[in-house]
Amino acid sequence: MASIELKNLVKKYGDGFPAVNDVSLDIADGEFVILVGPSGCGKSTLLRMIVGLEDITSGDLMIDGKRVNDLAPRDRNLSMVFQNYALYPHLTVFENIAFPLRLAKGQHNEDEIRSKVNQASSMLELNEHLERKPANLSGGQRQRVAMGRAIVREADAFLFDEPLSNLDAKLRGQMRTEISRMQRRLGTTTVYVTHDQIEAMTLGDRVAVLKKGVLQQVASPRELYEQPVNLFVAGFIGSPPMNFLPAQVVGSTLKLPFVDVPISQNLADQIKGHEFVIAGIRPEYFKDASLGGVEGVRFSAVVDQTEWLGNEQYAYIPFEAPEAVHSTLEELDRDLDGEGLRTQLVVNLDARSRIREGQEAELVFDPELMHVFDPNSGDNLTRDDAKATEIAQDSEDARRAALERARSRESVSDRQAGEDAAGSQEAS
Amino acid sequence: MQTNLSTKTRNWMAVASIPVMIWTAIPLLWILATSLKGTDALADPTKNSFGNFWPKDPTLENYRVIFTGGASDLFNPALRNSIIVCLVATLISVILAMFCAYAISRLDFPGKKLILTTALAVSFFPVIAMVTPLFNLWRQVGLFDTIPGLIIPYLALTLPLSIWTLSAFFQQIPWEMEQAAQVDGATSWQAFRKVIAPLAAPGVFTTAIIAFFTAWNDFVFSSNLTSSNNSRTVPAALAFFTGASQFTQPTGAIAAAAVIVTIPVVILVLLFQRRIVAGLTSGAVKG
Ligand SMILES: Nc1ncnc2c1ncn2[C@@H]1O[C@H](COP(=O)(O)OP(=O)(O)OP(=O)(O)O)[C@@H](O)[C@H]1O
Ligand SMILES: [Mg+2]
Repeated sequence: MASIELKNLVKKYGDGFPAVNDVSLDIADGEFVILVGPSGCGKSTLLRMIVGLEDITSGDLMIDGKRVNDLAPRDRNLSMVFQNYALYPHLTVFENIAFPLRLAKGQHNEDEIRSKVNQASSMLELNEHLERKPANLSGGQRQRVAMGRAIVREADAFLFDEPLSNLDAKLRGQMRTEISRMQRRLGTTTVYVTHDQIEAMTLGDRVAVLKKGVLQQVASPRELYEQPVNLFVAGFIGSPPMNFLPAQVVGSTLKLPFVDVPISQNLADQIKGHEFVIAGIRPEYFKDASLGGVEGVRFSAVVDQTEWLGNEQYAYIPFEAPEAVHSTLEELDRDLDGEGLRTQLVVNLDARSRIREGQEAELVFDPELMHVFDPNSGDNLTRDDAKATEIAQDSEDARRAALERARSRESVSDRQAGEDAAGSQEAS
Repeated sequence: MQTNLSTKTRNWMAVASIPVMIWTAIPLLWILATSLKGTDALADPTKNSFGNFWPKDPTLENYRVIFTGGASDLFNPALRNSIIVCLVATLISVILAMFCAYAISRLDFPGKKLILTTALAVSFFPVIAMVTPLFNLWRQVGLFDTIPGLIIPYLALTLPLSIWTLSAFFQQIPWEMEQAAQVDGATSWQAFRKVIAPLAAPGVFTTAIIAFFTAWNDFVFSSNLTSSNNSRTVPAALAFFTGASQFTQPTGAIAAAAVIVTIPVVILVLLFQRRIVAGLTSGAVKG
C-alpha cells in the first residue's frame, strides 16, 4: 500500500525528445488511476519512470513521501504488466507466475507459492495451461500470464500497461470486473494505461489524460465527460466523440451550421473578440423532437445516414465548416488520431425514433449542455468549476465508500474463516 | 523449423543439395578409405576396388601405428595437448566473451564501437603475421613450447569471433526480459543468471563449438610455437610423422590420425546439436 506522487516529472530521451513533459500527479493510497491518451503520448514512458526502468530527467518521484528517483526497480516493490508482456520463454506458465515469489528468498515456502500461484491462475482462468510454455500460448493467454505474474506478489502498487488489449470482448469484460474487484479487495494503489474508453470510464477513480507528454486534465470519469478543460479532453473522452461545430459569434447569439443558439451575457462577454468559436455538443444531447419531452433549441436537418444498434441509433448529418475554424478542427483530429473524416454531426438517438436516411429530421437540444471552446487555445470557456468540484467530491466519497465496503466484506470473511477454523479445531 | 515450401521446390532443393553433399563427403570418405589401407595397398592400385578408392582388404594397421606403434610417442602426447589446449582456450574465451558481449549489447558506454571494431580488426589479421613476433617474444619470456604459450594466441583467434557471435545472440534477447525480472525483484546478477543465461545458452554453445574448432584446426601457431611433445598439437604433429623406412610415405598413418581428430568434432556437434535450438525466445514478447 502506498501513495505515489509525481512532481514535475520530465523525461527527455537521448535525442532530446520530451516524451513526458512536466507531469504532476498525486495518487492516493489505494486509488485506481487511469492514464489515457493517443498513441505515443508518453503513457508507457511515464509508467516505466514510476517503476524505475527509465531514468527521470528532472522532477521528483515520491512513494509514500520518500523520494525514490534513484532507487533500483527491485527496491521500489511495485509490480508491472508490460505492454508486450515480457514473459520468460524458458519457464512454464506456473514458473513464470511464481518467479517473483521465488526471488523473495525465504519468504515463501513451496506450499505457499503453490497456493498463491493457483489462486492467481484460477482468477485468470489459466489453470489448464500451468505446465505450458509461453511460446505455445495465444496472445490473450500470454497477457493473462503477465497479469498473473504482477498480482501474485504483495506489491505496494500495480502498474498495468494495456493489460487487456489482446483479449476478446467477452474475456475483456470479465477481466475488467475481475481487476476492479481485486483492486477494491486488496486496496492496492493502481496505475493503469489503456486505450479503451470503457476501461477508462469504468475502472478508474480518476483518469489522467495525456497529450504529447503533457498532462491535460486529471479528474473522475464523470468530470472529464461533463466538464472537460479543453477541446482535446472533450474530444478524447466519449464514444462516439463529442461533436465540434463551428459557431459564428454575433452579439449574444452563436450561429451554428443548422441553428442559432442564444447565449448568456457572461459568455458573450468572454468571446467578444472572436469571430468564430467552437461549440461542443455530445451526440446523446440531441433528441428527436417528435418524441417530445425535451425543451431547448429546435432545428431540422437532412440525415445522411443512420445506424440502428438495437438499444440506440446513430444518425449522421454532414455540414460545411468555414475556413476560419477548419484548421483548428483538422489539427484536433490529428491530435486525436482521427481519420480525417469529413465534418459531420453524429447524433445518438433513441431506438424508438423513426428518423430514416434521407429524411429531414426535427432535432432538439438543451443549450445549457453545450460547451464553447476558444478556437486558438482550445480552452473550455463554459467549464463550471463549482460543478466540477462537486463531482470530484462525489466520486471521492464513492471511492472511499467502495474501499470501506470491500474492507468490511474482507474482514467479515476473515472472521468467518477464523471461526470456521476454530470450530473445526473444537470439533477435533 | 517450419517452412511453407511447395513440394516441387522442396524436391528441387533436395536434388540441388546432392552435389554439395558429395563434394563435402568424398574427401572425408577418401581419408577414411586411405586410413584403412595397408602399406602395399597404398602403393598398388590393383589391391583396391572402385578405382583405387576402397581397399579390398581393409586393415587397422595404421591405427595401431599411431596409438601403439612407431608414431605413438608422437601422436598420443599431441592428442592430449590438443584436447587440453583447445578446451581451456574455448572455456576462457567463451566466458570472457560472454561478459564482454553482455556489456556491449546491454550497456551504453563510451568505446563500445571501438571494442567491436578492434575485435573485428584482430580477426582480420593474417595469422602468419603474428607468428614471427610471437616466436621471438615467447622465447624470451619463456612461453615457447608450453601449453599456455599456445592457449594465449588461440584466445586471440577465438575471442573476437566469440564476442561477435555472442553479442549478436544477446541482442536478440528482448531487453524487457531483464527489466521484467528486475521489477519482479531480481538483482542484475539474478536477472542475468535466471533469465538471460538460460536464454543465451544456445548462443553460448554455438560460440563454444566455433571457438573449439578454430583452435582445434590451427596449424600455424602450433607448428611454429612448439618444438617438442610438451605442447605440440595434432595438426602440427602430423607433419612429423615418418614412414616405416626413408622411402615410404606415412600416408596411412596421417590419414588414420586425421580420422581420429575428426571424431571429437563429430561428437561435439552431435552432442550440442539439440542445444542449439533456434527460436527459444519466441513467445516472450508480443508480435
Ligand atoms: N527509447 C526511446 N528513445 C527515444 N524516444 C522514445 C523511446 N521510447 C519512446 N520514445 C518516444 O516517446 C514517446 C512516448 O512513447 P510511449 O511508448 O511512452 O508512448 P505510449 O503513450 O505508451 O504509446 P502507445 O499507446 O502506442 O503504447 C513516443 O513519441 C516515442 O517515440
Ligand atoms: Mg505504450
